[in-house]
Amino acid sequence: MTTTAHDAVLGWEATVTAYEPVMGLEVHVELGTATKMFCGCPTTFGAQPNSQVCPVCLGLPGALPVVNEVAVESAIRIGLALNCEIAPWCRFARKNYFYPDMPKNFQTSQYDEPIAFNGHLDVDLEDGSAYRVEIERAHMEEDTGKSLHVGGATGRIHGATHSLVDYNRAGIPLIEIVTKPMTGAGERAPEIARAYVATLRDLLLGLGVSDVKMEQGSMRCDVNLSLMPRGSAEFGTRSETKNVNSLRSVERAVRFEMTRHAAILSAGGSVVQETRHWHEDTGMTTAGRVKSDAEDYRYFPEPDLVPLAPPAEVVAALRASLPEPPVARRKRLQDAWGYSDLELRDVVNAGLLDLIEQTVAAGASPAAARKWWSGEIARRANAEGTDVASYAGQLGVTPAHVAELEALVTSSRLNDSMARQAWEGVLDGEGSPTAVADARGLQLVADTGALAAAVEKVIAANPEVAEKIRDGKVQAVGALIGQVMKEMRGQADAAAARELILSLLGQA
Amino acid sequence: MTTDLTRSTAAELADLLTRREVSAREVTQAHLDRTRAVDGPVHAYLHVDEEGALAAAADIDARRAGGEELHALAGVPIAVKDVVVTKGLPTTAGSRILQGWVPPYDATLVTRLRAAGMPILGKTNMDEFAMGSSTEHSAYGPTRNPWDLGRIPGGSGGGSAAAIASFQAPLAIGTDTGGSIRQPAAVTGTVGTKPTYGGVSRYGLIAMASSLDQAGPCTRTVLDAALLHEVIGGHDVMDSTSLTAPVPAVVAAARRAEVTGLRIGIVRELTGEGFQPGVQARFEEAVAHLVDAGAEVVEVSCPSFTSALAAYYLVMPSEVSSNLAKFDAMRYGLRVWPEGVADASAEQVMAATRDAGFGDEVKRRIILGTYALSSGYYDAYYGSAQKVRTLIARDFAAAFEVADVLVSPTSPTTAFAFGEKMSDPLSMYMQDIATIPANLAGVPGMSVPSGLADEDGLPVGFQILAPAMADERLYAVGAALEARLTAAWGGPLLARAQDLTAQSIAPTEALS
Ligand SMILES: [Zn+2]
Repeated sequence: MTTTAHDAVLGWEATVTAYEPVMGLEVHVELGTATKMFCGCPTTFGAQPNSQVCPVCLGLPGALPVVNEVAVESAIRIGLALNCEIAPWCRFARKNYFYPDMPKNFQTSQYDEPIAFNGHLDVDLEDGSAYRVEIERAHMEEDTGKSLHVGGATGRIHGATHSLVDYNRAGIPLIEIVTKPMTGAGERAPEIARAYVATLRDLLLGLGVSDVKMEQGSMRCDVNLSLMPRGSAEFGTRSETKNVNSLRSVERAVRFEMTRHAAILSAGGSVVQETRHWHEDTGMTTAGRVKSDAEDYRYFPEPDLVPLAPPAEVVAALRASLPEPPVARRKRLQDAWGYSDLELRDVVNAGLLDLIEQTVAAGASPAAARKWWSGEIARRANAEGTDVASYAGQLGVTPAHVAELEALVTSSRLNDSMARQAWEGVLDGEGSPTAVADARGLQLVADTGALAAAVEKVIAANPEVAEKIRDGKVQAVGALIGQVMKEMRGQADAAAARELILSLLGQA
Repeated sequence: MTTDLTRSTAAELADLLTRREVSAREVTQAHLDRTRAVDGPVHAYLHVDEEGALAAAADIDARRAGGEELHALAGVPIAVKDVVVTKGLPTTAGSRILQGWVPPYDATLVTRLRAAGMPILGKTNMDEFAMGSSTEHSAYGPTRNPWDLGRIPGGSGGGSAAAIASFQAPLAIGTDTGGSIRQPAAVTGTVGTKPTYGGVSRYGLIAMASSLDQAGPCTRTVLDAALLHEVIGGHDVMDSTSLTAPVPAVVAAARRAEVTGLRIGIVRELTGEGFQPGVQARFEEAVAHLVDAGAEVVEVSCPSFTSALAAYYLVMPSEVSSNLAKFDAMRYGLRVWPEGVADASAEQVMAATRDAGFGDEVKRRIILGTYALSSGYYDAYYGSAQKVRTLIARDFAAAFEVADVLVSPTSPTTAFAFGEKMSDPLSMYMQDIATIPANLAGVPGMSVPSGLADEDGLPVGFQILAPAMADERLYAVGAALEARLTAAWGGPLLARAQDLTAQSIAPTEALS
C-alpha cells in the first residue's frame, strides 16, 4: 500500500487525554558467540561479504544444523536474568516463508516451546518510580542474510536494478525477547519503552552475551503499538514499527505512533494492521507491508534437531553464576557509598561505576573515588571525545593509582592542591602518584620546627587577629593558616598549623 | 572363482584384493566395462565417473603396494544414489532443478567410503527427490528392471538396486524414507537394509523427510550389506539426530547366520489380503525355512499399522514442503526467468524456477505438505499423524516383547510394468504399505530375496524388522534365510535373471 509522506498526528496532550496505549516490544539481540547458531562459521562483524559461510549456513542441499551450546547457555542466562522460567524440555521449530536472503526459505526458530518464558524486568523511570515490564518469552533463532539493493536512489528494493546478498549474517545466533502487552503506561509509554530497552541493554552487557550495539544492528527493536479509548479494556488494532535502532528513536517512535493512531481514531477512522518503517531523520514512520492475522508461517518442530533438555543442575549453576542485575547493583552501591540520587546518576551516566567500585576496593573512600574519576580525567576524556573508562585504559591509569593518590592525602604527605598536581602528572604519563610527587618535590612539611617558626612569625605579624583568637573568635584562625601556608610556599599541613596556632593562643 | 569379476560379491572381491590376486583398477575397470555394455538399456546411472573411480582405484593399488594397512573393503567399488552429495561429482537427486549442480562438499557417508578406499563408480538414478516407487519420476528417464526391461526396478532407489542386480557394481548406497531401499531390493532380487534411524549420518543426504530418511546398503548378499553398513554407520557430529552408540555387530551376525531359538513375529496386518499370491507363497516358504533353521514363529498384531500409510502421507509431505523450499534459484541449480515479465522480482524467478524445475509428484507432495501444516489444519493433519506415529511405535514395542524380529513380504507385488501406476498415485503409494511403519518408528528393516513369484517369474522380497539399535538381528535372520534359500535354489537368485548382454535391447529413450 502507498501512504502519504506525512501522516496526520494528534497533539500529545489530546492523545494521552483521550487514549491509553497498549505497547509490546520485541527485541532481537545478536549473541556474541564466536561461531554461528548451527555451524562453525565465525561471526565477526564487517568481514568481506560471503567469506563466513559454509554448506550449513548457505542452506546447501544435504547440510544439517548442529546447535551451538554456548548460544543455548547464553539464552538460558538471559532468561534467568529476566526472571523467566527455563523450559526443562523445548524444541526448535521451522518458520516457513520465502525470502531471498534466507538460505533455506525457513528460519530455524522456536515457536510454542521457547527456552525461557514468563519473566519480568523492573525499569527505573526519571521520577524515581519503577515500572515492571512483563516478559512473555525469550527464544533462540538464527539471523537471515542481508540484501543490498543496488541501482536505486534509496538503497531500498524499490527502484533498484539488482540486489546482492551477503550470507555472513545468515545463521548468527539471535535471542528474541518479547514483552507481554504493556498497559497502564499512559503518557509515560515513550519513556517506559526507552527505559526498558536501556535497562535490557545494560543487563545484556552485564551478562557479557552480546555487544548490544544498536547502531551496528546487534540489538534491534520492534515496537508494537495500539491505542484504546481511556476506560476501554479492548485492545485496538496495532502497528508494528520495525528496526527502531537507538534508545532515542524507541522513545520517539512510540510517541509518534501514539499520535498517529490518535489522529486516525479521533477522526473516526480505523488503524490498518501493518508494519511501519521508522525514519530517524524525520522522526516519523511510513507504511510497510499490510499484515493479516492469517499470515501463516506453517511452524512445525525442526526435525533435523533433537529437543533441548537443559538439566536442572546446569540451569542452577548458570543461575548461581549470574552477575548482579544492574538495577540491584546500583541500589546496593548507592547505599554503601552514601551517594545522593544525583551523584549516582552522574556516575552511572559517565560509566564510572566499575572504576569507582574498584577504587573503593583498593582502599579509597567512595567520595574521593568519585571526586578523582569525575574531575580532571573526565574533562580530558571528554575533550578527546571518549569516555573515562576507555581513556583511562589508553593512559594505563588504574583504580589503584587513584587509591594511592588518596592515600597520599590521608597520610598527610600531600594536601589537596598538591594531590591535584600529582594527579595531573599521572595523567601526563609521568608515572604513579608517588613517583610524580617524588619527582615534582611535592611533600607537606612535617618538620615541626619549621612550622613553629612560621606560625610564630605570622602571629607576630598579625597582632590584631591573634588578639581576636585569644578572645575566643576561633574562626579567625583561617586567616593566619593562609599566611602560614604562604610563608611555607604551600608545603604546610594545614591541620597541624591550625592546631599549633590555637594552642599558642590559648584556645586548644 | 568366476573369471568375471562383476559376478563376485564384495566380500569375495575384498579377499581377492587383500591377497593381491586382482588390483583395484582391474575390479573397477571390470565394472565400468559392464556399465558400458548394459547400462544403455538399464539406465541405472545418471553419471558415471570413470576417471575418478579409476584414479581412486590406482591410489589404493599404490598404497597396497607400499605396504599400507588398508580397510577390508579398500578397492571395492561402489555406486552412490544421486540424492547423496559428492564433492566434485554432479548431484541432482533426479531433479531438473539441480541439473548441473556440483556440490562443494561430501556427505559424511561419502567421506567414509572414500576413507575406506572405495572407488565411487557413479551416481545412480532415482525418483525425483526420492519420491516414488518406480524411478518413473526421475527427471532423467526411468531405470529398467534387469529382470524384465519392461518393468520398474522399484523406487525411489531403482538405480542403485538395478546397478547391483545387473552387476554394474558390487555395492551401492540407497536411502529409505518409506521403503526406497527395501522395495527396489525386493523387486530386483537384491538385498537392502534401512538401518535404525540415526544409525547412518544424514549429513549430505538431500533431505526428503528429515525424520524418516535413512541411508543404507544395497547389495547382492547379506554379508556384503553388513560389511557396507559397518563402513557408513556410526556417530557423526554433523548430524544431531545421529546415534552415539557404536554400530551394532552386523558383520559378526551375518557371518554367524544363527536363528536357533529366535522368535519370528508374523505381523498379521502385513500379510494376506492385498498381497500378490506369489508374494505370499514365497513369504510362507521363507518362514518355513527359518522354522527349519530353529526359529520359533509367533503371530503378532500391530493394529495401528493400518493407519501408517495415511500418517506417512501427512508427515512426509509436511517435511518435504519445508525441506524443498531451499530450491529457489538464488544460490545454485536451475534458474528460470518468468516468460513475458520485463523486470522479474526474486519472488517471480523463484516461482518460475520451481514451476519448471519440479516434477508433478514433487509438486503434489509440496502442496499436500503446505496444506497439512497450514494454521487451522495443523492439529488435524500433522498433529494427528504424529499421534499415529506414537501409536505405531507402541505397537512395535509390544510386538518386540513377544518376538525378536518381525517379518512380512517387503512389497505387496512384484515389479509392475512401466506406466501401470503413474496415473494412480494411491496404488503407487500402496507399494510401501509394509515398509513405511519402520520409517515412522525409526526401527531397522531389511529386504532379502525369497524367490520368484510363480505367476510372473519375478523376484519377491522378504522383509525383516528389528527393534531400534538391534540391526544385527536383521543380519542374523537375513543370512540364515539366504543360506537356506541359496542352497535350495542351487545358487544365487540373480543367476536366474536374463543375460542382458545376450539381448539386443533398445536404450531407454528420451533421456534429457
Ligand atoms: Zn556456516
